[in-house]
Amino acid sequence: MAVLEVTNLHKRYADRIAVDDVSFTVERGEIFGILGRNGAGKTTTVECIGGLRTPDRGEIRVLGLDPRRDRERLRAVLGMQLQESTLQDRITALEALRLFASFYPDPARPEQLLDDLGLAGSARTAYAKLSGGQKQRLSIALALVGNPKLAILDELTTGLDPQARRDTWHLISGIRDRGVTILLVTHFMDEAERLCDRVAVIHEGRVAALDTPAALTARAASGQVLTFHVTRPVALDGLPGVDSVTLDGEQVTVRGTDEALPAVVAELARQGLAPIGLRVEQSTLDDAFVQITGGSPAPSLAQTVQQGEAR
Amino acid sequence: MNSTMFRTELRLYFRDIAAVVFGILLAPAILAILGSVPAFRAADPALGGRTTVSIYVPIMLTMAVAMVALSMLPAQLSAYRERGILRRLAATPARPRDLLTAQALVQLTVLGIGVLLVLGVGWLAYGVELPANPVAFVLGFLLVAVTLFGIGLLLATAGSAKMVQGLGSLTFFPLMFFAGLWVPREVMPRTLQQISAYTPLGAGEQVMQDAVAGHWPHAMNIAVLCVYAAAAWAGAVRFFRWS
Repeated sequence: MAVLEVTNLHKRYADRIAVDDVSFTVERGEIFGILGRNGAGKTTTVECIGGLRTPDRGEIRVLGLDPRRDRERLRAVLGMQLQESTLQDRITALEALRLFASFYPDPARPEQLLDDLGLAGSARTAYAKLSGGQKQRLSIALALVGNPKLAILDELTTGLDPQARRDTWHLISGIRDRGVTILLVTHFMDEAERLCDRVAVIHEGRVAALDTPAALTARAASGQVLTFHVTRPVALDGLPGVDSVTLDGEQVTVRGTDEALPAVVAELARQGLAPIGLRVEQSTLDDAFVQITGGSPAPSLAQTVQQGEAR
Repeated sequence: MNSTMFRTELRLYFRDIAAVVFGILLAPAILAILGSVPAFRAADPALGGRTTVSIYVPIMLTMAVAMVALSMLPAQLSAYRERGILRRLAATPARPRDLLTAQALVQLTVLGIGVLLVLGVGWLAYGVELPANPVAFVLGFLLVAVTLFGIGLLLATAGSAKMVQGLGSLTFFPLMFFAGLWVPREVMPRTLQQISAYTPLGAGEQVMQDAVAGHWPHAMNIAVLCVYAAAAWAGAVRFFRWS
């Protein structure tokens, strides 16, 4: 049964069209990813779903409810984690959870939730004194405290260090196992690959692709990329399975199918050379994303961990 | 009405030292300083035989209201908006009015403490009589608070937290001038007195001054306050934004 149905969603702001035509369906128990570059229309889409914005056209049904007409009933079954929202500086983690729990008819136990999110030790820490990772986890806890049937998590791990991201992923899987359907907005490919059952790639306000991460990757597959050094220039063109060879001094990059690797190694051996520092990379969801959205890659993890957990 | 929200907001209020100082302690402190000047404790023929310090009790009360309503409340709400706290609440089943009610009750509680302190300091330290018409005093005070809170909430719709704070000060000083903070209304030139009666705090101060003296307020003062209150609240509700 579908938990969420979005049909022909359209939303324009004064100066631009944020969401042009977006449709998708999320099934019960799924982790559904919405991928896209910054400004692709992801956040506008989820804000319409959460009833925080009114779409210009299109239909949205969350558990059969209309986000605008049935606002009150929707909010009791929907948990939202928002980008760029904060709490009062002096409120403690436990107070915040108790406060939010008081809004819902059948809330989770705040103490239990703090425990589940590894925040038990920070229960009495003021919000302003929490680290970036702790704030993020508290924000997830607030989205879950109402025991929602659908949780919307927007830019879940932005600003977290690698360990905190992995912990958060683990947590999200655990939440799904409790029967919560999750709509995950992200621009991290590794996150989508790791967590999502299906993803919709949104590009310029439209759904550019919708499939499982594996299927999207396979669709974009350019096969393998080999990189290595050689001690003198070589010619590798025309080998079986090789699509392209790029030489940059002694640095060689070969793109091709699975057959390329044995062919290249055999040819180098025949010429009396060894591939120094050989690396073989499979194409990833990242490559698929770039192909689908037609441009430079999305920001990598390395660029974002600088804002890491320690403040 | 969400009582958890009220309790939480009240606790948060008392964790903010600056808020406690400005919202609660400033008015009684100023009254204490004024009262420490011997001349201000002597009956003054220009004030109809009353002491300066007794005239200043209602003035300090209006100042306490103005401080909370024009400065603290709008600053708080615009900061909540700017930081996404309002938007976050809007994504839960909490209703907008839950937060507004909780905030208003917190500020009223704080004001109540401030009022008791001002009356207490005047009475215990300088022998200023307590309001001779307590019913008129409490009702009048609530009317002034409701009016000023409306103006404060209207200010809070103006934009960024900085802008709101600036507007708050810009409103505070002229309104307090007409309430007699610098020159008590009793000794103002007649024209100024007349203008003052049509300002929210001028009318408000008069209502409390009357109640302190044991009278019921003038209908004109009540009418002025009601007009301001209705206009301000209508504007505040009309222009309020959650993000």
